[in-house]
Amino acid sequence: MRRTLAILLTLLLFGAVRVPLEHGLTETHRRLHFQAIDFNLDLREQLGQLGFVAALNGFRSLVGDALFIEAHGAWERTEWGRLLFLFRQVTTLQPRAVLFWDTAAWHMAWNASAAAMNDPHQPREALRLKAAREYFQLGKDFLERGIKNNPDRPELYEALARLYRDKFKDHAHASEFFAKAAALPGARSYTQRFAAYELAECSGRESEAYAELRALYDRGEQERLPTLLRHLKRLEIHLNIPPDQRIPD
Amino acid sequence: MNNRAQRLLSLGRLTAVAANTFMGLTRLKIFYVLLLFGLVLIGSSVLMAQMTFQQEFQVLKDVALGAMSLFTSLLAVIATARLVPQEIEDRTAYTVLAKPVSRFEYLAGKLFGVLFLLALSLIAMSALFFLVLVLREQSVLGETARQMRTAPTEQRAEALRLIRASAFNPNLFSGVALIYAKACLLAALTLFISTFATSTIFTMIVMAFVYFIGHLQPIAREYWLQTNGTGWLTKTFLAVVALLFPDLQSFNLTDDLAAGNAIPLEVLLKTLAMGVFYIAFYLALAWAAFFRKEL
Repeated sequence: MRRTLAILLTLLLFGAVRVPLEHGLTETHRRLHFQAIDFNLDLREQLGQLGFVAALNGFRSLVGDALFIEAHGAWERTEWGRLLFLFRQVTTLQPRAVLFWDTAAWHMAWNASAAAMNDPHQPREALRLKAAREYFQLGKDFLERGIKNNPDRPELYEALARLYRDKFKDHAHASEFFAKAAALPGARSYTQRFAAYELAECSGRESEAYAELRALYDRGEQERLPTLLRHLKRLEIHLNIPPDQRIPD
Repeated sequence: MNNRAQRLLSLGRLTAVAANTFMGLTRLKIFYVLLLFGLVLIGSSVLMAQMTFQQEFQVLKDVALGAMSLFTSLLAVIATARLVPQEIEDRTAYTVLAKPVSRFEYLAGKLFGVLFLLALSLIAMSALFFLVLVLREQSVLGETARQMRTAPTEQRAEALRLIRASAFNPNLFSGVALIYAKACLLAALTLFISTFATSTIFTMIVMAFVYFIGHLQPIAREYWLQTNGTGWLTKTFLAVVALLFPDLQSFNLTDDLAAGNAIPLEVLLKTLAMGVFYIAFYLALAWAAFFRKEL
């Protein structure tokens, strides 16, 4: 009995020593966005008991993958509500998997919105357009939350820039997010060019766009692509650049 | 080393007990677990083929690392739980301890034997996992290069870079190291419980509870440390959970690593050091419980 008590006491003392260490380690993991998942009642309701227990016990990526595969099936059956529900679960379980945020946003902003625009059950175009815009917004929401969880990954900034460019026709924001993507390590080589192209489409910011495009042009042959040359030519005329400073025809 | 220390710990005796334990464990059917792992991996690869390459690699890594974590943890508990109670039941322990082998050497040797078995199992699983991953990567790279034959060089290079980035990356080794650390911790804790447990089944049941509660421990701990408004009963309960159970969630970073995120070396080392700290403590505690046990 005395030995049992002594062992129990030792365990508690060991606990008192390690709790601050564990707390510090958890804080470090959190700061690095590891295990950025909140196990709460909402998630418990979404996942069901078994899924929640599995996720709690270190198998959240497996549960996430199973739901992702289920979402794939929902997409094939064009069940957009179910798809949204499943992707919310998947991204909650795996907030650090960029691919899931990107795919969720793509399904919402591109596939579901296109389906809403071509909905044969909705004769009024205004309502179809409204539904499509709601899906754009859902796509944007996925990407914004994805960026919040993965601020160091350029893929999501790029995806958000594409969404602003292609769906919202918001060139200023598109340029801003392409530029943010370009500033991060591992960014695709074209993102900086795309930031300048989008800036060239913003009225009132032509001088800024010209300076950026010209800087890219001056980097050498590899940057002198047809779109860049076209934008530069247009801006030279618009800004009345002196002929001796213009790029050759 | 003086005589007293030599009596307590001899590397030769320790190695002999560890080698004996390892050989005993390899004769068990436990290695069928590895076969099961291989089948799960191959089966899931076929299932994943219908998706695009990035999704396939993501799911492949998640499934493989999840399976490795599950089977290594299972192996750690099952292999360790039976060691001490069965040797006492078979009276093998008496023969060993009648020789100049200290109880600490006996327990440490048992633990190291299990840890060696776990290391070998994990190496075999990792080798199979990396082989499948690299083979799929090469296949997808070849296929993409063929499809993009006529595409501009920059575009083709970008696509191939993307495939390489989403398939194999060195961070996966960190994930494997964390899986091993968690399994070693579970083995050490199982050894401690088995020193006073009355049967193997009892140890396994206790470890199943420890496994579940250990994953909840950080939630209890953070709640205990951060909330002030709760009643004393709740606070006491949370404190007991936080103080008695290990934080197993700290070792579950493989989900994030499989998603392509890097863990800084310093954080990895800190997490592994925490694992070593746990193992040393549970081994010492097992020795304390076993030291004066009447055999």
